[in-house]
Amino acid sequence: MTTDRRFPVRLDLKNGAVDMSHGSGGRAMAQLIAEVFQKALDNELLAQGNDQALFMPPAGRLVMSTDGHVISPLFFPGGDIGSLAVHGTVNDVAMAGARPLYLAAGFILEEGFPLCELVRIVESMAHAANAAGVPIVTGDTKVVERGKGDGVFITTTGIGVVPDGIMISGDRARPGDAILVSGSMGDHGVTILSKRENLSFGTEIQSDSAALHDLVAAMIDVVPEIHCLRDPTRGGLATTLNELAHQSSVGMQIREQAIPVRPEVAAACELLGLDPLYVANEGKLVAICPAERAEALLASMRAHPKGTASAIIGEVVEDALHFVQMETGFGGSRIVDWLAGEQLPRIC
Amino acid sequence: MKYIDEFRDPELARRLASAIAAEVDPSRDYRLMEFCGGHTHAIFRYGVQHLMPPNLRFIHGPGCPVCVLPMSRIDHAIALAVQHGVILCTYGDLMRVPASERRSLLKTKAEGADIRMVYSTQDVLRIARENPSRQVVFFAIGFETTTPPTAVAIKVARAEGLQNFSVFCNHVLTPSALRTILATAGPDGVQLDGILGPSHVSTLIGSRPYAFVPREYGLPVAIAGFEPLDVMQSALMLVRQLNSGRCEVENQYTRAVTEEGNRKAQALMAEVFKTRERFEWRGLGFLPHSALELADDYADLDAERRFPVTLGESREVKGCECPAILRGVKQPTDCKLFGTVCIPDNPMGSCMVSSEGACAAYWSYGRFRETPASRTAMA
Repeated sequence: MTTDRRFPVRLDLKNGAVDMSHGSGGRAMAQLIAEVFQKALDNELLAQGNDQALFMPPAGRLVMSTDGHVISPLFFPGGDIGSLAVHGTVNDVAMAGARPLYLAAGFILEEGFPLCELVRIVESMAHAANAAGVPIVTGDTKVVERGKGDGVFITTTGIGVVPDGIMISGDRARPGDAILVSGSMGDHGVTILSKRENLSFGTEIQSDSAALHDLVAAMIDVVPEIHCLRDPTRGGLATTLNELAHQSSVGMQIREQAIPVRPEVAAACELLGLDPLYVANEGKLVAICPAERAEALLASMRAHPKGTASAIIGEVVEDALHFVQMETGFGGSRIVDWLAGEQLPRIC
Repeated sequence: MKYIDEFRDPELARRLASAIAAEVDPSRDYRLMEFCGGHTHAIFRYGVQHLMPPNLRFIHGPGCPVCVLPMSRIDHAIALAVQHGVILCTYGDLMRVPASERRSLLKTKAEGADIRMVYSTQDVLRIARENPSRQVVFFAIGFETTTPPTAVAIKVARAEGLQNFSVFCNHVLTPSALRTILATAGPDGVQLDGILGPSHVSTLIGSRPYAFVPREYGLPVAIAGFEPLDVMQSALMLVRQLNSGRCEVENQYTRAVTEEGNRKAQALMAEVFKTRERFEWRGLGFLPHSALELADDYADLDAERRFPVTLGESREVKGCECPAILRGVKQPTDCKLFGTVCIPDNPMGSCMVSSEGACAAYWSYGRFRETPASRTAMA
């Protein structure tokens, strides 16, 4: 990188830290943007250097979504807040069956946050955005006083275009439809829990954080008549199914034994008194489609590297009360309710 | 999961269910109280009741530690945090338990008090070491199961000379609660035919403390593990005792429970704690010799003595049936608040908070069988 004459002294990206001047709108902020953000996120639209990115919208229906990321710890096995901020919004856009086009990113940095960690996060975002083929084309940075933030918060907004003929919405589940998931449940949440300072336990589990738009593209290629897609993030599979049941005014009947859960996730949940059905995922989706297309959809998911462990886990049923019910692995039956409060460990 | 799945095997469950169905006498009822919230949770989570014949019914007991804690103790803990500015540490289940005036630890934390959720007593010691200028209080609750870890923390704090650590002790004793339930059972109280005895508690205290149940109250006991097959096997053991006219303490949970229990833990508890003369239990009232406080040798680590507080009168929510539900006299669905204003997101009573509470378990796992059309299936 050639020396920018505005900034004769380069930022100390090794030992430096964010200070209030980096959010002031002055030269220090311009330098942070140039030497950290533009350097890593480099693309044509960002290089326009305006407060907005200018582009021609493609033909078709556009979708837009936004997502704030406030994770602790910032770095975890399988990802960090930067890659998560890209994947989260790419996935929210993709769950309409859309092809994501562009992302915008807003950063809230806490005074004193090490620049080396910021660089790591921004480079990780750049890597995730490149891998997904969805550039970050505009952004914003603010700095808050020490103690008023938790290191860094990132909000990302994305837009995408929905192919003609695709009608995917949470209110389209119909009795008789099949319910599928794209892989094992609970990996992300258990990974994060295992890294919280007061709860470190040895595990090889990694977050499943991943962009799913290519999986979605492969799915709608084979089964364009998919009714619903949603990524079961906070609140896990149980919460997502309840949302969809409520939105579509239907009930759901699932089978515990059909739901993929890694043994190490099941074991960690057992130990902590958690239920994997309520634990967050960041690289999985739930799909609902007409029963007669379920096997074709399953095959298309399993053929994709991000859906190899996909499974049909149940079906949509008529139910005036919109309950999600589950046949337990034990042979009994129970309701799978919304998550109440935060999922807390039991004490004995 | 090895060593876990074996106790949740559906094939064995079907065989046990058929054995129970074949052996029950259709002309009588089998009203079995599962003492522990852990049993209640397993019964609902795995749908065990669903596998039982209609005349075998589980009645939920008071063995959920957050459920039996009276509101006055939560009020007291809030006062410790607010009036003395201590770092108050506690287990997660307690955070949402309703206190007086619709307060809770969670709301008090949001208002600025330093209340922290911990996973073990070791976390509390660490927080105390890291904050030498602050007073750190551990809000200790639970039956005999959670008592030894508190005792260990107290001994470590003493050995390290941690001046800023103390314990707000609310540990309670199982046999005393069981005795109270049985003493009030009968035509006016809960009607019982047998007891599924505590699981983890019994690993500590052994099976011997339950001998009074058959002797004085004529009810059979089966000490039952917390896995669903444990519960079913214990139910079968009780059915067989009742059918053959036997009445004794049987131990289903032999893989963990002995007659004498864990003597080392018992000795530790006896050293660090002493029995309170009386202690209030939600739903059961003031029970003699039913709870622990710090022994005189450790009195300086007792938060109740270290930090005097002023407390108003603790007031239960009007209409809340937790007390009757904890005695087994009423079912959650008998409460007018159940499922209307009292739901897990907005608990009015303690039984709606913990996943081991009868109301929370009913709401979360069993509600669908309580719809009018199929009400009889469960009742």
